[in-house]
Amino acid sequence: MSTVASSSQLTTAEPRRPWAVSRSTRLLGFGRILAFAIAAFFATIFTPLANVDGWAVAFLLINLAWVIGIASKLGAKERRDAVLRVVITSLAVLAFVPWLSILVTVILKGYRAIYPGYFVSDMRTSTPDDELNIGGAGHAIVGSLIMVAIATVVTLPLGILTGIYLTEVRGRLTFLVRFIVQSMAGVPSVVAGLFLFATVVKSMGQYSGLAGGLALAVLMLPTVSRTAEEVLKLVPDDIRSAGYALGARQWRTALLVVLPTVRAGLSTAAILGVARVIGETAPLLLTSLNTNGFVWNPIGGTVASLPTYIFAMFMYGTDYSNARAWTGSLVLLALVFFFFIIARRLGNKSALKANANRRK
Amino acid sequence: MTIVETPEPRQMMVVYSRADRIFRRIVTGGALTSLLLLGFITAFLVMRSTETFREFGLDFITGSEWFSAGEDPLGGAVEGAVEEVDKSVFSIGPMIVGSLVVALIAMLIAVPLSIGGALYIEFYAPRSIYRVLVSLLDLAAAIPSLIFGLWGIQVFTAIGVRWATLLNDRLSFVPIFSVEFENFGRSPFVAGCVLAALVVPITTSVSREVYSRTPRDLIDTCFALGGSKWGAIRSVVMPYGKSGVIAGAMLGLGRALGETVAIYLMLNLVFRYSFEILDSAGGNVASMIALKFGEATDKEISALIASGLVLFIITLIVNMIASSIVARTTPRA
Repeated sequence: MSTVASSSQLTTAEPRRPWAVSRSTRLLGFGRILAFAIAAFFATIFTPLANVDGWAVAFLLINLAWVIGIASKLGAKERRDAVLRVVITSLAVLAFVPWLSILVTVILKGYRAIYPGYFVSDMRTSTPDDELNIGGAGHAIVGSLIMVAIATVVTLPLGILTGIYLTEVRGRLTFLVRFIVQSMAGVPSVVAGLFLFATVVKSMGQYSGLAGGLALAVLMLPTVSRTAEEVLKLVPDDIRSAGYALGARQWRTALLVVLPTVRAGLSTAAILGVARVIGETAPLLLTSLNTNGFVWNPIGGTVASLPTYIFAMFMYGTDYSNARAWTGSLVLLALVFFFFIIARRLGNKSALKANANRRK
Repeated sequence: MTIVETPEPRQMMVVYSRADRIFRRIVTGGALTSLLLLGFITAFLVMRSTETFREFGLDFITGSEWFSAGEDPLGGAVEGAVEEVDKSVFSIGPMIVGSLVVALIAMLIAVPLSIGGALYIEFYAPRSIYRVLVSLLDLAAAIPSLIFGLWGIQVFTAIGVRWATLLNDRLSFVPIFSVEFENFGRSPFVAGCVLAALVVPITTSVSREVYSRTPRDLIDTCFALGGSKWGAIRSVVMPYGKSGVIAGAMLGLGRALGETVAIYLMLNLVFRYSFEILDSAGGNVASMIALKFGEATDKEISALIASGLVLFIITLIVNMIASSIVARTTPRA
């Protein structure tokens, strides 16, 4: 260090990154892709390939041909590498395209029927085929929220208790409980609906929001208890030992030391469960059906919900009812994403906290 | 010589205080409730479907006829159809086969796409969009299946029918691609494509998760030995993540088998064994239940519950295989 500092002719070398892709190369690559896209467009005109999907196929083929052409100068290993890069990239694009298309479709078709009244009015005084500036899905939103609330109230304590059982109590049935809860995640939603129909609906003699909420609870329980278990597993054992060292019994340690550290994580568990079930349609078709007005009483007959509202509007089959269905989808998707993003926020926070704890 | 008496080793034992015992009992009770819930569902399904199984036996699973003789919703038989009441026949053979066929089509499309997608996100995507892609993937897995169904009918069917026409034009000598009537909409093939779109996010996110846990050292070793990126993926990443991908695919399969509304909207249900996947006639247990449920008689409800039980058992087996693969092969972090 000192020798360098003492020399008078000191020049600081600019750090260079010879491996970095230069600006001109990047521009060239971009231009190449643009040229291929245009070539693919002409291919759809002059060859049997047609439409968007035909264009995509042509684009892929041109890309592949170019890569093979370029790579023919290279060795076998590099050639395979280059070709597979194109193949994997196009598989990934294919995997992402459908639901990007869904996102765009829902927004483009869904914004048509949105007006402020859509969120507060119901369909009692309007038919699905009426102009889009009357009627709305307020009753469906309320119904969905009520049923999801019922499901959450039932599931959250059970899920958290199951999580505590699997991580803190660790009784003899740990393996069995974990296995069963995991396989319960596979209960087909329509079967949950059938079950609640044949028990609650039959014994009450009418369809109800309660039955719908309970059907959602059956589907929500595995998600909540598994997430709760994962979160509780992240709590470092030091914290538990600290609790015991201070003379706390197991119940005090669990309730006053372990649980508070994962409050955010448990909220994540609940919200993920909500996001999972709020779009479920099949069980609600069998338990709560649909109705045209606001229903606040969960045991007072049929209740509308966003999924069944969308379903009914779609099945009605006219242009206006269709627009209502898409707007309903937009609202539903917005709700799902809203819950999901909150869960992620909370999850990140709790992960940070767990890490911080670990570092101490 | 002296005899050294070794003291008896002390027995370590945990003695829980009374408060602890109560706490443990409450928690165990909560866990057992979850356990019993599944047991109760199963027991209930079995109980309510015995009537159907006793009447139709194995024919319920192999037969291909569903006929509900007239019965008044109020309980009595419709006038003039009294003798018909007992002629009801319920069997779901084509529905089971149809469920498997559609799910198989979906998996054949979804698995390569998912592997490609997962590899791309983990190893090819620019670092700047990596996080965005991962969150988008999670969001995609949360899109309700109803919306997939709507999209399938109003957007995808046009494209799917074109592919089906193409397959039929070029490959109609293959039995499964031949059709009786050239009407390709609402066929198992198109429904399978939509189902694939629905399964891809699930399978991709599980596979990506496993791929991302590949030890960095192994990959670097591969590069140090002169391997290319594809070489590293093929010889290190793919073998390492194989079981995870299988588990993800099984999870997706379970989802595909139990899917109701998307298939309900995308598929014509026909009670006839058919392996012509481009024909607009297929079967699916879950959507059959939703379809027949509306005006079902009491006896038919029992048959529907029996169908639910069959579906439940199939998906349960698939899920158990998946979770045992995961449990057996989860790489230790």
